[in-house]
Amino acid sequence: MSMDRDAADRPTAALITHEDGSFLEKLEMRLRRGRFAFLAPAIVGTLSLFTGRGAVIALPYGFLLAFFLIPFLIVLKISFSETALSIPPYTELIEVVDDGFEYFVNIKLNLSNYWTILSEDTYVRAYLNSAKIAAISTALCLLIGFPMAYAMARADETIRPTLLMLVILPFWTSFLIRVYAWIVILKTEGGLLNTFLISIGVISADDPLRILNTEWAMYIGIVYSYLPFMVLPLYANLERMDMTLLEAAADLGCRPIKAFWVVTVPLAIPGIIAGCFLVFIPAVGEYVIPELMSGDNVRVIGRKLFTDFASERNWPLAAAVSVVLLMILVIPIMLFQRQQARLQEAGR
Amino acid sequence: MTKGLTKINLVALTFGFAFLYVPILILVFFSFNESRLVNVWGGFSVKWYGELFQNEDLLQAAWISLLLAAAASTLSVILGTVAGFVMARFTSFRGRTLFSGMIYAPLVMPEVITGLSLLLLFVSIDWGRGLGTMIIAHTSFCMSYVAVVVQSRLVSFDRSIEEAAQDLGATPFKTFFVITLPVIAPALVSGWLLSFTLSLDNVVITSFTSGPGWDTLPVKIFSAVKLGVKPEINALSTIMIAIVAIGVVTASIVQKRAMVERQRAERMAAAAND
Repeated sequence: MSMDRDAADRPTAALITHEDGSFLEKLEMRLRRGRFAFLAPAIVGTLSLFTGRGAVIALPYGFLLAFFLIPFLIVLKISFSETALSIPPYTELIEVVDDGFEYFVNIKLNLSNYWTILSEDTYVRAYLNSAKIAAISTALCLLIGFPMAYAMARADETIRPTLLMLVILPFWTSFLIRVYAWIVILKTEGGLLNTFLISIGVISADDPLRILNTEWAMYIGIVYSYLPFMVLPLYANLERMDMTLLEAAADLGCRPIKAFWVVTVPLAIPGIIAGCFLVFIPAVGEYVIPELMSGDNVRVIGRKLFTDFASERNWPLAAAVSVVLLMILVIPIMLFQRQQARLQEAGR
Repeated sequence: MTKGLTKINLVALTFGFAFLYVPILILVFFSFNESRLVNVWGGFSVKWYGELFQNEDLLQAAWISLLLAAAASTLSVILGTVAGFVMARFTSFRGRTLFSGMIYAPLVMPEVITGLSLLLLFVSIDWGRGLGTMIIAHTSFCMSYVAVVVQSRLVSFDRSIEEAAQDLGATPFKTFFVITLPVIAPALVSGWLLSFTLSLDNVVITSFTSGPGWDTLPVKIFSAVKLGVKPEINALSTIMIAIVAIGVVTASIVQKRAMVERQRAERMAAAAND
C-alpha cells in the first residue's frame, strides 16, 4: 500500500525523465501548491517532452514522422482523387461547400484508380513480372553470393578484412556507373563482348549476341548491383559460426558435404533471410536498371509508376500504383524489420 | 578441411570478384582511349578528360551534387546518431515499434515509392522544389543507414566508462558529448561517408524531388546513358571511381593506424599497472 502512495507522491517529472529533472520537479512542486494544482501533471508532462529523454526521442521521431510516415498517408489520400488539368494535377478529396444557408463538407472517394489497376491487364502483368524478376534475381544473387561469403568466412584470418573491403568497395562506387559499365560491355553494335567474341571467331560479325535491351541484360544488371547486399549479411553470419560444431559433426562421422547441409546451411538461415530481403524488396520496385538495360518491351511496375507520374502526369494513378505496391511489400518489409530488430537485440 | 573444398572456395572467390571488378576495370581502361568508339583501341589519350572539364553543364551538376551530398549527409549524421542512440539505449518507450519500423523500412523501400510520396508531400504543403527539398529527401533515407551503423556500434559499447563519468558528477548530456561521442566517432565518420555516397548516387528520389535548374550529376548521367555510350562518361566515371578508391584506402589506413596506436597505448597502460 505504502508503495502506491510513494509513487503517487513522486513528481511526474521524475517519472517521465528518469533522472532528477530538478528544474521541472521544483516547478511541479510550486504548481501543486498553487490554484491550478490539478493542471500540474499535464503542464509538467508536456514540458518534459522537450527536455531530457523526451527531446532526444522527439528529434528523429518527428523527422521520420514528417518525412517518412506522413508522406505515405498523403499518397494514400491522393490515390483516391481524380486527375485534373490543374496545379497540382489532381482534385481535392475534401470539398467545403458554403451556399450561404448551409455548410457542407463533401468527401469524394474515387476508386477508379484502383479499378484501373485491377482491371487493366498491363498493370496486373507489370506487378507479376516485377515480382518474378525480383525473385529470380534474388535466387541468382544467393547462388553467386553464398559460395563467395562462405569462402570469405573460411579464408585465412589475415586476408579476411581485405576480402571484405573488396566486397564493399563496389558499393561505394556509383551504381549508375557500374550499370553503365555493363552497357559498354553488352551493347550489340560495338559492344566489348561482341567485339571480343567476333575477334576470336566464336561468332560471326553478321550475327552478334543480342543481350542489351533484353531481360538477360536486366538480370545481369540487377544481380551485379545487388550482390554486395547479399554477400555482406551472409558473411557476417558465416564468420560468426562456431567451427567446433563442424568438428563435432566430423568426429561423429559426418562427411564435410553432409555437414555443410546439416550444420552450416541451417545456421546461416538468418543471414540468408536478411540477404534475400535486402535484394528482393528493392528489386521489386527497381526503375533505373530496367529503364537502361532491358529495352522497351520489359514491363515492370517501377517503370509503369514513373511513366504514369512523369509522362502521363496522372499523379492519382501513380499514387494508387504505389499504394498497391506497398501493400504487396508490407509483409516482407515487416518481416525484415522484425528480423533486424531481433538481430540487434541478440547482439546486445 | 579437405583440399577439394578449398579449391571450390578459391573458384567462388575468383569468379565473384572478377564479376564485381572486371566491368569497372574495363571502364577505367577505355576512358583513356583516343577513339570515340568504345570497342576500338585508338591509342592512349586524356582528351575525354579535357572535354569533360569544358562541359559547363556537367560541372554545374557536379557542384550541385556535392553540395547536396554534403548537406544531406551532415544532417543525416546528426539525426541518425540520435536515432541510433535511441534504438540502442531506450529499450522501452511508447511507439518504439513504429520508430524501429521507420528506421529499418527505408533501407529496403523501393525508391519510386519514397520519391513519389515525398513529392506529393512537398506539393500538398506547397513547398517549392529545389535544393531544400532534395536535402530533406536524401536525409530521409540516409539517416536510416547512419542509425543502423551507430546502433550496432553502441551495442558493443562498454558502458562502464559512461557510468564512471556520471558517478564523477557529469550530467547525461555532458557524458554523451565527452565520453560516448568520441568513442563512437569512427561510426559517425563511416555513416557520413556512406550517406555521402548514397546521396551522390541517387537518381530516382532526386528526379522526383528536384526542381527545374537543380539537375544533379546522376540525373544528368542517367539521361546521357539513356541516349547511348559516350567516352566523356567513361572519363567522368573514372574520376569518381578514383576519388572513392583514394578515400576508402585512406580511411582504412587511418583506421588501422589508430588501432595500432590504441593497442600500443593499452599495452603501455597495462605495463604501467604492473
